[in-house]
Parts: sequence; C-alpha cells; structure tokens
Amino acid sequence: MKVQLKDVHKEFKKEQNQKLQVLDDINFDIKEGEFVSLLGPSGCGKSTILKLIAGLETTTAGEVLVNGKAVNKPGTDRIVVFQEGGLFPWMTVKENVSYGLNLKKMSKTEIEEKTMDGLRMVHLINFADAYPHELSGGMKQRVAIARALVMDPEVLLMDEPFAALDEQTRLVLHKELQNIWRNTGNTILFITHNIREALTLSDRVLLMSTRPGKIKKSFTVQSARPRDPADSVIVDLERRVMAELEVEMEKVLKEEFGDDYSFKTDNLRSSDHRDMGSHI
Amino acid sequence: MIIGIWEVISKLGFFPTFMFPPIIIPNEPGGVTVIGTLIGSIISGQIVTATGTTLVRLLIGFSIAVVLGLTFGFLIARYKWVDDTLGFFVTALQSIPSIVWFPLAIVWFGLGNASILFIVAIGATWTMTVNSSTGFKNVPSIYMDAAKTLGSSGSHLLRTVIIPASVPHIISGLRVAWAFAWRAIMAGELLGSTGGLGYLLDLGRSIQAMDLVLSIMIVIGVIGTIIDNQVFLRMERAVARRYGQTV
Ligand SMILES: Nc1ncnc2c1ncn2[C@@H]1O[C@H](COP(=O)(O)OP(=O)(O)OP(=O)(O)O)[C@@H](O)[C@H]1O
Ligand SMILES: [Mg+2]
Repeated sequence: MKVQLKDVHKEFKKEQNQKLQVLDDINFDIKEGEFVSLLGPSGCGKSTILKLIAGLETTTAGEVLVNGKAVNKPGTDRIVVFQEGGLFPWMTVKENVSYGLNLKKMSKTEIEEKTMDGLRMVHLINFADAYPHELSGGMKQRVAIARALVMDPEVLLMDEPFAALDEQTRLVLHKELQNIWRNTGNTILFITHNIREALTLSDRVLLMSTRPGKIKKSFTVQSARPRDPADSVIVDLERRVMAELEVEMEKVLKEEFGDDYSFKTDNLRSSDHRDMGSHI
Repeated sequence: MIIGIWEVISKLGFFPTFMFPPIIIPNEPGGVTVIGTLIGSIISGQIVTATGTTLVRLLIGFSIAVVLGLTFGFLIARYKWVDDTLGFFVTALQSIPSIVWFPLAIVWFGLGNASILFIVAIGATWTMTVNSSTGFKNVPSIYMDAAKTLGSSGSHLLRTVIIPASVPHIISGLRVAWAFAWRAIMAGELLGSTGGLGYLLDLGRSIQAMDLVLSIMIVIGVIGTIIDNQVFLRMERAVARRYGQTV
C-alpha cells in the first residue's frame, strides 16, 4: 500500500475551547499507481484529508502512512496541486517550476533540463519566461502540475485542480493528466466536486458524508481507458453516486437552512442532463 | 485661478509687498516676484544646495526607518511575545507626531544632523513596522503550503516566499513612511539645523523675504509630488499588476 489512513480523526480548535470535529474515523488505502478521487459535499473535510497526507496538518488521533512510514511533516515525495495553483506571482513560470528542484542536490544543467522537460510535458515551453499574471487559468494550472511533476513525487495530491476552469479547458486537461499519469505511473489522490470528472479519471471514487466527515462508500470504476463519459458503466455509476450525494446534500442544507427545508430533488434531476452534478 | 486671486490681492496693496509678494507680475518695475526669486535662487545654487542637503538627510533617515521597520515588523509577525509588547506600543508610538521627539533628540544628540536624522527615522519607522508586520502576518497560506511541500523551510522560506509575498504591503508602507519622513524633515530643519530647505525657509522668515519662503514651498510641494508619483505610485502599480490585484 502506498498511502494508508488508519482510524484518522481530526479536530480543529474553535474559540472558547470549543472543538470542531472535521474527520471521524477515516480508513482507506491507496495502492501504488492508483488514481483515487475523493468526492463529497463542501466542508466535509476533503482538503483536510489531503493536507494530512501532505503533512501540512497533523491528525488528532490515528495515523497516516506513506510507504508504511508515518507522516508528520511535508516531504517532497508528496506534492500538492492546489485549486488556484498556488503559483508564486513574483517568479516566472520557469522559476516556479524549478523552485523545488533548486532545493534538491542537483546541478544547474540538470535542473534546467528537468524544468524544460516539465514545461514540455504541459506544452508551455514558449511561456518559460512569462509571469503567472500573463497566463490564462488553464495555463496556470498546467504550470502548477509541471511544478509538481518535476519533483518526481511518489504521491500526487490534487485539490480541485480544475474547479475554476471552463468546461473546454477542463476536458483538455483531463486528457493531459491521463497521459501524464499513464507515462509516470504516479499514485494520485484527486479531490473534486464534479462527479463526471471523478468517474472519467479514477480507478476508484471515495464518497464522503459530512459533519463529521466519514468515508461513506467506495465505487470502483471498471471501465476501459480512455474513458467515454457516455459509456453505460459510467452513466450507471454517475446515477448511483448522484443518488448517494443527494442524501448528503440534503443533510447539509437542512443544517444550514433549518429542518423545514425540503430539498427539491426534482429540480436537480431535470437539470442533470446537461451538466450532471458538476457543481454540487 | 488661485494664482490669479493671489496676484490681485497682492496688487491691491492691503499688505506690504514683502508679506504678500506677487507670483508672476512684479508690483513695481524691477520688484520681487516669487517666480523671479525661485529661478534666481535655483541659478545661484542656493535652493539646489539646500535641496541636496535635505534629500541626503531624508534618504539616510528613511533608510534607517525602513531597516528598523522591516526588522520590527518581522519580529512582531514571528514572535507572539514581541507582538504583545512592541506591537502594542507601536500603535501608540505611531500616533505621536515625530516633531514631538525633537526636545528629546536635542538632549540626546545635540542640535545638528543627528537630531534631524533621528526625527526623520522615528517618524517613518512605526508605519513601516505596522505595514511590514501586516504583510508578514498575512502571507497567503497557499504560498506557504506550496513552498513547504516543495521542500522549503526556515530561512529559504523567508527569503523566497515570506518576504516577496509581503512586497505589496511593504511598498504601501514605504509610500506612507516616505510621506511621514518628508513632513518630519521639514519640521526638524525648520526648528534646528543648518542647511536644508527647512532651514532656508526659516532664514526667509527671519529676513522677511516671503518671496523666498513661497519659492521654497513650491519646491517642497513639487519634489514631494514627483517622488510620490514617479517612484512609489509606480512601484505600487507595477507590483499590484504582477501580483494579480486590481489597482
Ligand atoms: N485550519 C483550520 N482551522 C479551523 N477550521 C478549519 C481549518 N481548516 C478547515 N477547517 C474546517 O474544517 C471543515 C472541513 O474543511 P475542508 O477544507 O477540509 O473541507 P472541504 O471538504 O475541502 O470543503 P470544500 O469542498 O469547500 O473545499 C470546514 O468546516 C472548515 O471550516
Ligand atoms: Mg477543499
């Protein structure tokens, strides 16, 4: 097992000694080279799980193991790609991509080579000297992916990396990510709100329930790659995942609007066809 | 418009010419005008030398303030106990007009350059401290997280992320600190120094040459505006653009 979460609990301190329990008894494994997606309502603790694996947060109870070793601080074997990319605006594209490499014991030429390879992989070689503010949203995400990939991470952690992009750009990046994954064999944990995105990319989709966050169900996607969203297996899974999520969302909404709120399942269903659950 | 009103009042003769000199058109043939004195004293080098003296002092005092402000700001952001002690005082210190320090400065450093530098530095240090600590405290966590997972920590993190990420705050700090320094040096020079624009202003008063006083006021206004617009405003805009903020 590449990544293991064992009985993980996480609480955050709130003011006046109150505690907010975010994760409750999370258990799951990710196999070497596996592509796993994490799906769930907003605020259920997806990003928290990712930060625990990245070593940016520590568990309240339980452990996170990577390669069988307990994680307690960030390490370059696990790299994160954030939703807004998290590119440093004061550095050029090239400087951003080589940022992590400069901290490794590597010669200048080696760094240069790897940086250029990374940029080539995401088709941005012509933008090496541009600054992030000169790039489109999709290009920024590609730089962020390149910055992560040049580190040769064993685990790639992606937190809604394509959420802010338009549909076309997202489809292009899905293709690119799948190619990259095929060529590098990385282990990937991918967080998303988009059911279809999760199903097209992953070997397995973990569905979370909310407050406190638990893993509710795991769906294995047994469909040949490259995936076709119209594939009957995917369409069927999409419907099942949607049904499960509706239950969770109803809970969230009831909590937010009070018990008298009734979730209009019909409304959601009728608009399903065009853009099924892309923003839950 | 304002110049026109000024000229009329000057020519009506309610006040003696030395108190209310005309700006452009002399009141009697060959009489004084502000513009004439301005050009004359620029040519004679009087104003140029004074401006030079003032700017050198300003630059030194301002640099001291920037270094101190950045250091204090960093310490406040980094250590809770510094924030609780110094951080608390800084807010109070910031509200003291820097010229209030002058009596102390004279006792400590005597009448002269050192006192002026002290006034300038102390006038600009606190705003610089407040702005830089705000900058250091509010480094977006996404940058910190990204850098940490890429293997950065300690002084490397400080140098490559914390400081550059604070640049927008630091620059607006520089701009305000400069304005404070500029006011402080005028007050300081006016009260006790030799050389400099403030001193010349005081000299103009003592020889009752309001044309000279007004000329110097124009110089002060022009220099202040130019530096603010050409240096600080430009820096602020350039940084805002690169950092993806709307100006
Ligand atoms: N550092 C923190 N301090 C206190 N509370 C936090 C902290 N980080 C997250 N939380 C809380 O933990 C809960 C889960 O947050 P998390 O970001 O993991 O959710 P998420 O599933 O990623 O949501 P989203 O889909 O909106 O990104 C939220 O209620 C959030 O307010
Ligand atoms: Mg999140």
